[in-house]
Amino acid sequence: MAKNPEHRELFPGALEIMILQSLRLRPMHGYALVKHIRQVSDSLLQVEEGSLYPALQRMLKEGWLEAETGISAKGRPTRIYRLTEAGVRHLEREVSSFEKMFDGIFRVLAVAKA
Amino acid sequence: MKWLLQLLSRGRRYDDLSVSMQEHIEERTEELIDDGMPRKEAEHRARREFGNVTLIAERSREVWQWRAIESVAADLKFAFRRLGKSPGFAATVILTLAIGIGANTAVFSVLNSVLLRPLPYHEPQQLVSLHLNAPGAPGLADFRDELRVSASMYLTFAAHNRAFQSVGVWLPATASITGIAQPEQVNTAMITDGVLQTLDVPAVAGQWLTAADQNPRGAQRVMLSYGYWQRRFGGDPGVVGRTISVDSQPREIAGVMSRGFRVVNYDFDLLVPLAFDPVKQQLAGFAFRGIARLRPGVAISQADADVARLLNVWMDSWSNGPGSDPHWYLNWKITPALQPLKEQVVGSVGNVLWVVMATIGVVMLIACTNVANLLLVRADSRQQELAVRSALGAGRWRIARELLLESLTLGLLGGAVGVGVAYVGLHLLTAIGPENLPRLSEISLDGRSLAFTLILSMLSGLLFGSIPLLRYTPSRQVIPLLGAMRTASVSRERQRGRNLLVVAQVAMALVLLISAVLMIRTFNAMRNVDPGFSDPALLQVIRISIPETLIRDPQMVTRIQNNIQDKLAAIPGVSSAGFAVSVPMNGGEPAWNQIYIEGKNYEGENAPMRLYNYVSPGYFHTAGTRIVAGRDFTWTDIYGLRPVGIMSESLARELWGSPSAAIGRPFREFTSMPWHEVVGVVQDVRENGVDQVSPATVYWPSMMPDLYGPGSPLDARRTAYFAMRSNRAGTQAFINEMQQAVWSVNSNLPVASVSTMQDIYSQSMARTSFTLVMLAIAGTMALALGVLGIYGVISYAVSQRTREIGIRMALGAKKSELAWMFVRSALVLTGIGVAIGVVAAAGLTQFMKSLLFGISPLDPFTYVAIPFFLVFSAVLAGYLPARRAAAVNPVEALRAE
Repeated sequence: MAKNPEHRELFPGALEIMILQSLRLRPMHGYALVKHIRQVSDSLLQVEEGSLYPALQRMLKEGWLEAETGISAKGRPTRIYRLTEAGVRHLEREVSSFEKMFDGIFRVLAVAKA
Repeated sequence: MKWLLQLLSRGRRYDDLSVSMQEHIEERTEELIDDGMPRKEAEHRARREFGNVTLIAERSREVWQWRAIESVAADLKFAFRRLGKSPGFAATVILTLAIGIGANTAVFSVLNSVLLRPLPYHEPQQLVSLHLNAPGAPGLADFRDELRVSASMYLTFAAHNRAFQSVGVWLPATASITGIAQPEQVNTAMITDGVLQTLDVPAVAGQWLTAADQNPRGAQRVMLSYGYWQRRFGGDPGVVGRTISVDSQPREIAGVMSRGFRVVNYDFDLLVPLAFDPVKQQLAGFAFRGIARLRPGVAISQADADVARLLNVWMDSWSNGPGSDPHWYLNWKITPALQPLKEQVVGSVGNVLWVVMATIGVVMLIACTNVANLLLVRADSRQQELAVRSALGAGRWRIARELLLESLTLGLLGGAVGVGVAYVGLHLLTAIGPENLPRLSEISLDGRSLAFTLILSMLSGLLFGSIPLLRYTPSRQVIPLLGAMRTASVSRERQRGRNLLVVAQVAMALVLLISAVLMIRTFNAMRNVDPGFSDPALLQVIRISIPETLIRDPQMVTRIQNNIQDKLAAIPGVSSAGFAVSVPMNGGEPAWNQIYIEGKNYEGENAPMRLYNYVSPGYFHTAGTRIVAGRDFTWTDIYGLRPVGIMSESLARELWGSPSAAIGRPFREFTSMPWHEVVGVVQDVRENGVDQVSPATVYWPSMMPDLYGPGSPLDARRTAYFAMRSNRAGTQAFINEMQQAVWSVNSNLPVASVSTMQDIYSQSMARTSFTLVMLAIAGTMALALGVLGIYGVISYAVSQRTREIGIRMALGAKKSELAWMFVRSALVLTGIGVAIGVVAAAGLTQFMKSLLFGISPLDPFTYVAIPFFLVFSAVLAGYLPARRAAAVNPVEALRAE
């Protein structure tokens, strides 16, 4: 998932949840998504294009996203991805399950430290 | 529905994807330029960072695809395109397969319709034929494979059985119909109550005959077959209730049977009720064919036990007249051996069909080997392409799948064309097939035949596809890349693959050729048998019946027959005429009984059964049956009711040692009959076909005192076959003149069963000639394919080894030596193939034993001549390309590199 060997492999579903969360803020096109995730994560996470585009197609197929014609930052035509109602619901479900999981992991780690 | 929408919007999705990815790269490029990078470098960098565009696009598109199916579809498209590029190859393969698959489908359709499909009756598994064996009646087996059912047996079975829902007996017969148009002789099925109930097919108009029609003093209506109804009454539904004159007796039409309905396998015009008078019945009269429908859940063995019990009831209930012992029949050891009705219908044709099917199957195998050989050559030329693809990372399985897909495609295309071939072939088969092939009308291409075609196409595709596959899927260790072709002349291993195929072909062709020649020799052996009559093509046969309702007096019947015989003999071009109750080989129901000779004590012994025939003076002369000793009957014998008889030669020898010793000896049928004197001995006649033994036969005068029952003191044979010897036999003008001659005697007599003895003779050989034709076709195809295979392999070897030949020549090899080198390899391949083939043939031809006559399945002539012939053909097939090798110019051969 990451080009840089320093970056750990993301666990399954992580890329999707980040894409969904980013698109919830505002609709974006592909390159903007890559940049957005890099910036927000302080370059800790780098999305690989080889994973991004297939993931976007999967989510389009699931109906979580919609693609519409739009204009890129450079003023050329591209496709802007927007979150759908179903996408929002899916994101919320996923986030809550992720939070529970993180919570659990942290607690286990905390006990181990103590 | 969602998948359909997705499928329809896929094009837009792919566009979106490529636009997005394009913009992604461009935006990144511009950013890098903005950071001060030169455009060229920025473009490179952006692309590198993005990765493999095609691969990512492909992965992304896959989300919308059914991956497995679509990549197969792509391969398929590729396969079609490649086949389109070599139309000659594709056409050759598809045509070879189409012929092979078509022939197989056609034969399978016949096999399926005749042997495999259930009979077209309701619950056909409940139907049985009442087959009885009588091992204690010696001689019976010489002309009958079963003891037919007597009327009294039927009455007993019908009244007292526990195993059957219904049981009936029937008899094929004929009747003359008068009063509609010209007098016409029609085929009738005489049936008792129970026959229609057993077969259980409803009438299309009117009703079935009922038990009331069986009353000897009752209405005795008739039913029409669908065909006769259409032919004679134009399908008029108002025909029910009308009256027609059957054998000069008015009978009401009760109904019409449905289309295609037959009584067992007998195609009749009219159903006429048998009306047995129980008061008059005796034990004897074993003339009827019995059928029955088992009660649900009753097995054949249980029914056998029930019939065995009923046979005792039968002997307890009836007699053969005062003073006779009803339990005398215990001597015959009558045992029921009921058979599924299908066996009765199909008869002995099963063996032929299986042999033909196996033969055609072997031709298919040979065709597949040829195709495999072609594919091997083709794969050879693709060797480099496949190696390159393998080097570029194409998986083994992927390449294998592609090759297999190509051969499967070929197989299926061949199958599709093959269905057309089968359709034509089926018409051809039914045309050349034995005319009396059972269930002929039911033969069709049905779902099962088509499924067979599909499976055969796929299997053959897999078979010939997997052979090149085994050799050519490149393994990663050995990648013969571009240079490989130059270095060696040909890899031994690859040549070995082709050689193996040729050996297999030769072996299979040998088996087929041997079978075909065995059939030809059988046919010849049968033609060399003296059938007991001469020049059958010049022997015209017609059948004339004089029903009791038309002429009552037996003496008068004989006078009329005598008159007809004279009139027929007077037709221009007729050298002689005569009549007999039965003519050889026409499958009629024979009369038979034992005879006793004077001076022999029969206490505690069964006299053997003898075939009976009844003849007129002049019949033997007309038929060309030699009189070995004594004389023919005369009209004085007949009208004078002299106690005389004629014996067949084998019977005379059996009883008295020699034909001349038989003359003047007394014999009789039963004790109360006066002794009859043997006045003549005639040569043996192959009554049941030339491949069957000549039954011991007694010939009686056509009119005799009736010693059996009450009523008329005379007994004349009312149905007789008239034979005429003439070189005009079979012509329409002659047939018309015969008709006129008969009508000049009595205008109410129809002429039936018009045929020449040659037709009857050929018909009795139909099974053999059909098998012969099929095997000859298969053998010829196999030979052609085999020779072609050898030619191809040697030819290819020559072309592959041109360089080597050039070098050898440059080093001083002689041309004849080089040619011999190739011929020798053809010889070696053929030799091995022949050796295997001879062993296989020796084993396999045992299965056709029952089809052979006069020769053994290991006939030495065949087993020497055919291998010799095959080796000769192979040398020829090898010599042609070998000559080309000898003609190679060494300079050119080496320069060509």
